[in-house]
Amino acid sequence: MSKLMNWSGSLLVVLAGLLALVIVPSIVELYVLIDLSIYASFGILALSLGLVWGYGGILSLGQAAFFGLGGYAYAVAAINLGDSASALLIGIAIPACFAAVLGYFMFWGNVSDVYLGVMTLTVALILHSFISQTAGDQWVIGNAPLGGLNGIPGTPILSWPWSPDASMTLREVYSVTVVLLLCSYLGCKAYLASNPGRILVAARENELRCQLLGYNVRRYKQLAFVIGGGLAGLAGVLFANSVFVNPAMFGLSVNAQSIIWVIVGGLGTLIGPLVGAFLVQFLTKSLGSISQVPGLAWLDPNLVLGLFLVLFVLFVPKGLAPLFRSASLGLFPLAGKAGLRKSSTNGRQRSGT
Amino acid sequence: MTGERQDSRLLIETLGLTKRFGGVTALKGIDFRLKEGELRCLIGPNGAGKSTFFKCLTGQYKASAGEVRLRGQCLRHLQGHDIAQRGVGIKTQVPNVFENLSVRENVWLAALRVFGRQGAREKSEEIMERLGLTHLAETTTSRLAHGQRQLVELAMVLAPDPDLILLDEPAAGMSDEEISRLVDIIKQLNQHGALVIVEHDMQFIREIATTVTVFHQGEVLVEGGVQDILDNETVRDVYLGKETERC
Amino acid sequence: MDYVASLVLQIGSSVATLVLISLGLAIIFGMMRIINLAHGEFLMLGGYCTVTAYNAGMNIWIAIFVVAPLVVGIFGMIIERFIIQYLYGRIIDTMLATWGLSLALIGIVTVVFGNTTSGVSAPLGSLAIGDYRTGVYSILLIPVAIALVGGGWLLLRYTRAGLIARGTMQNAAMATSLGIESRRVYAVTFGIGAAVSGLAGAMLAPLTGVVPTIGAAYVAKAFITVISGGAAILTGTVVASGLLGTLNTLVTYATTPVIGSVALLSAAVLLLRVLPQGITGHVFRRNL
Repeated sequence: MSKLMNWSGSLLVVLAGLLALVIVPSIVELYVLIDLSIYASFGILALSLGLVWGYGGILSLGQAAFFGLGGYAYAVAAINLGDSASALLIGIAIPACFAAVLGYFMFWGNVSDVYLGVMTLTVALILHSFISQTAGDQWVIGNAPLGGLNGIPGTPILSWPWSPDASMTLREVYSVTVVLLLCSYLGCKAYLASNPGRILVAARENELRCQLLGYNVRRYKQLAFVIGGGLAGLAGVLFANSVFVNPAMFGLSVNAQSIIWVIVGGLGTLIGPLVGAFLVQFLTKSLGSISQVPGLAWLDPNLVLGLFLVLFVLFVPKGLAPLFRSASLGLFPLAGKAGLRKSSTNGRQRSGT
Repeated sequence: MTGERQDSRLLIETLGLTKRFGGVTALKGIDFRLKEGELRCLIGPNGAGKSTFFKCLTGQYKASAGEVRLRGQCLRHLQGHDIAQRGVGIKTQVPNVFENLSVRENVWLAALRVFGRQGAREKSEEIMERLGLTHLAETTTSRLAHGQRQLVELAMVLAPDPDLILLDEPAAGMSDEEISRLVDIIKQLNQHGALVIVEHDMQFIREIATTVTVFHQGEVLVEGGVQDILDNETVRDVYLGKETERC
Repeated sequence: MDYVASLVLQIGSSVATLVLISLGLAIIFGMMRIINLAHGEFLMLGGYCTVTAYNAGMNIWIAIFVVAPLVVGIFGMIIERFIIQYLYGRIIDTMLATWGLSLALIGIVTVVFGNTTSGVSAPLGSLAIGDYRTGVYSILLIPVAIALVGGGWLLLRYTRAGLIARGTMQNAAMATSLGIESRRVYAVTFGIGAAVSGLAGAMLAPLTGVVPTIGAAYVAKAFITVISGGAAILTGTVVASGLLGTLNTLVTYATTPVIGSVALLSAAVLLLRVLPQGITGHVFRRNL
């Protein structure tokens, strides 16, 4: 049963991807297409966190650190090398290496889940303040000025490897982004089905048992963290192609958003965070334009996102995906029942402390 | 070197193994020797240090003083997974399985490291068959009864073919039928490797054991054959007396 | 000589700043095992309270020492009642919920006060040490930090309320059975942590100005300090602040403020690799 659902999930994503590739570009305006490219790059970021947190149990609250690093590494490499294809690879490799170093300190230092969350978030915030003050002539890497708060507005657009001089059109960027999102999704599926992926999930279930079976749990977590870092880097590269790199990529709100996508979509699935990313970003975007309307300024996106997060943690802690799953099995989710169960667990844990 | 030949017959050995938790000393200089292929039972009242001893052997705890040697090699600087890779398997006191995975997945994961993907599939089927778990293969372990979970964990311990198997109260929560199967399995296992078993059930110990080590307050009180131990006055006082009171 | 004196004062106020921005977080984390990701926003609220009260014509000292801690403290107690109390024992969910709170607070303050920096000028003027000038107000941070830590220590160590709080946090069920209303203890403890954060934010507001997103600037350093400090709330915070604040100031002196922050982070990461439990992890386990 679960296998069947697994496959139907993948099939659904591939179909949606084909739809997005073939039909969507011919029926929507260019500016919608650019928005969709941004959402798709966020989708990859959501996948990376869904993998690291949802399957690896690694609470990376600072996933945007890799997102931003990927973007900046890509931009700097593309400006200096003039070849955006290898810049793309650099944009994946540098955050992956950074994740490896950070992961070494965290996993081999036996940092607990909670500290790990705080540390990753702290790293992202420090990178944010570091990159924000790189205005001026002394902050140049090769030919690429880092540009402080303004970022690098002239971030080069990807080009096809066979014609490195011509940048892709925005429609082509959209297609590439969607294809890479699909590849990332299928790649994550394949990784989770592989031995290291299975052991990763087992370690999340019961770390002690995994060790007693002779698996070096740290190494598997490290691998997942590095893969997640690389994926987030790829997301950053693609984001940079639709927008441009700027310090906000490291910022609190991207970090928070990525967490919200995963929470909304549900931990322990890949499709959940993906859908969560599209849903929440669409909502934020709409709110952003609504709050411009006089009298509706209180609909500040931060405020609404924050309330969203609080309400989800309090009332839907498992996210939307399990609700859909039980719905698809014919058991309609009873909101009241879920609420009851939750409050009873609270009671137990409360008295336990 | 004759000494080396003797060592090679010695599987695991502890020298003055001591474990302190803050002000409490759980193990006070334990000297323990187990030969290849030996079957040993550990008994002792609650709090005697048996589980702590196991945790020191498997690297879950670091010894405060003294050392553990596996085939003459000191384990002090090895992590839990390193020790497991050297052929030590443990069934912990509280069943310690992957709760949200099926029985088959549990056993498969245990065999995977040694036998690879395909080999692990065959190995896990074989072991589930041997322990009578085949009909439960698709069941999620969290839904099993306590005794069945014990069997699943036992299957996981056996799957990588360890040389030394540590079983912490394996019979707890098992039905009589399951216990008699367990006795058979333990005898079978003993033909291939060494076992150390912590158990309270005297009937069970009588059926399997050759040598018994009695722990009391973090020390080895006495060591000897089953009948000698049962006849020993001191052992009766510290352990069996309590045991009968409890029954 | 003047140079050294000025550097020492700089280090002193940098350490005091770290103590101030970390203490509220340390109280809430150390006592209640709750990681409050809205900590930065509690500081931010303290700053806005002061600026608003001052602009409304209130005396600056009352605005800093009375209004800000009172308002933020009460706000903290309300938050504990409406959100936190449902999440005890679920430490990760608490982190996420307080993060949501953090975003919501940024949003609300942006709507009310706008996304611009506002501020009050630092009182007390400046002091000349030879060729170097230092603001007297930034030196004032030092005695305030000392007073807060000392007061906290006396409160927890020697008063009935402190004993009740420590007992409840260690074993709520036992405390309840002894007739202590642990719900109230939780709320008050959270409120005190929030009040200390509010006061810290208020103290810093004249130096930095306030902007809705200022919390993010504080929260990273506060977390680094508290984690490096380890289990002992007060000792840990003070020792870690001393270490990291000194390092930060010296590196900043030699290079730029941002390299200083990076050095602070790197030092903390290395420290945690060596001492996973933080500085006071093993030594002072049961102490303050």
